[in-house]
Amino acid sequence: MALRMWASSTANAVRLSCASRPPLSPAFSLSRCFSSVLDGLKYATSHEWVKHEGSVATIGITHHAQDHLGEVVFVEVPESGGPVKKGSSFGAVESVKATSDVNSPISGEIVEVNTKLTESPGLINSSPYEEGWMIKVKPSNPSELESLMGPKEYTKFCEEEDAAH
Amino acid sequence: MSQARKVGLPLMNLVRFKGVPILKQLHLEEKLLRTSSDNWCIINNGTNSPTVVMGLSGKPSDLLDLESVLQDQVPVIKRFTGGGTVIVDPGTIFVTLICNRDAVPGVQPYPRSIMYWSGMLYSEVFKGIDGFQRHYVFGNSKFGGNAQSITRERWIHHTSFLWDFKARNMAYLKLPSRAPEYRLARSHMDFVCRMKDYMPISVFIDKTVKAIGNHFSVKPLDLDVNAVAADFDDAKFVHTTRLLMKQELEEALSVSTRELCHQS
Repeated sequence: MALRMWASSTANAVRLSCASRPPLSPAFSLSRCFSSVLDGLKYATSHEWVKHEGSVATIGITHHAQDHLGEVVFVEVPESGGPVKKGSSFGAVESVKATSDVNSPISGEIVEVNTKLTESPGLINSSPYEEGWMIKVKPSNPSELESLMGPKEYTKFCEEEDAAH
Repeated sequence: MSQARKVGLPLMNLVRFKGVPILKQLHLEEKLLRTSSDNWCIINNGTNSPTVVMGLSGKPSDLLDLESVLQDQVPVIKRFTGGGTVIVDPGTIFVTLICNRDAVPGVQPYPRSIMYWSGMLYSEVFKGIDGFQRHYVFGNSKFGGNAQSITRERWIHHTSFLWDFKARNMAYLKLPSRAPEYRLARSHMDFVCRMKDYMPISVFIDKTVKAIGNHFSVKPLDLDVNAVAADFDDAKFVHTTRLLMKQELEEALSVSTRELCHQS
């Protein structure tokens, strides 16, 4: 059963993490002034990111996704210990009167959930790759990471997707 | 629209109901969103009895006059889409669109993109009505509200239209703490208006179907809600939309009362 988390909503302006040093990644993509795609992560076509470190993979939604979704006012994530399946929904975010599925890029077991999102769902907007992480997973099939996109491929994917609409 | 142009349009099944209970309608919608690969338009002319419907993140103690809701035994539903709280009844008309992500050219599966397109759609419906403004407004009063849910491959956009309503039902709803700027802290009665004062119901529904027909090849299906729901395999499907238990509402009231006591 999903862990429901309500939040007192505060307006969080989107802040691109160019000035701060994110602990997740040592370097930014230099393709733009304010980077919205980080090196060292893998990306899904449904706009989630994965950071694989040792036996744990951290998952969240990308800057591109939070920008298109608008102000996130509520986050629904599963309880720790449950399974996730590649390509399937594990939770949702609410923004601008819409609930949007968040899908897992990989399969595995949830080992940790970001409980800060209870009171601060806006972290997904202000810090999508750092404090806005959603779940940590123990991958059951690490080879699934190989089918995900790298930073350059994902950047191009986003540009093409936006250009098509 | 010419027949030649209609040929290339995606198919949309049109289902029309009258007086279907809103919980049943929402269960059907959620199931069609998650398990169907067709595009659907559902029009339900009124629900059978007054019901409060909250969005996914709705908190009863913040949004409802719980004492009145419990005393009058008004059902409270938490739906699978986002957005605010409404009270619906036989005077409410529901129009729902469930689409595959690529069904409408130029629409991305994000809330603002979907609402921009639906805003244009309904502008076609209400064009020429004195005082009409985008986002379901006549003059400075709202006559409808919408919400969405977006999956990887599909999205739903559903709207409840205030054809008519009873003022006493509005009293079950508190002023939301989080409201759009245009609301200007108005009470419900100062914020909403009745569609029936502006256009006949048959004109509204006909124009809505016609507007949808500019984007889809509409195929009416003459089925009852139970038959449509049974058409889809739901072995692994679990509804998110649910009716809140009386105990939950009582606990919410109890917590809310304790908080008020601590503050005073």
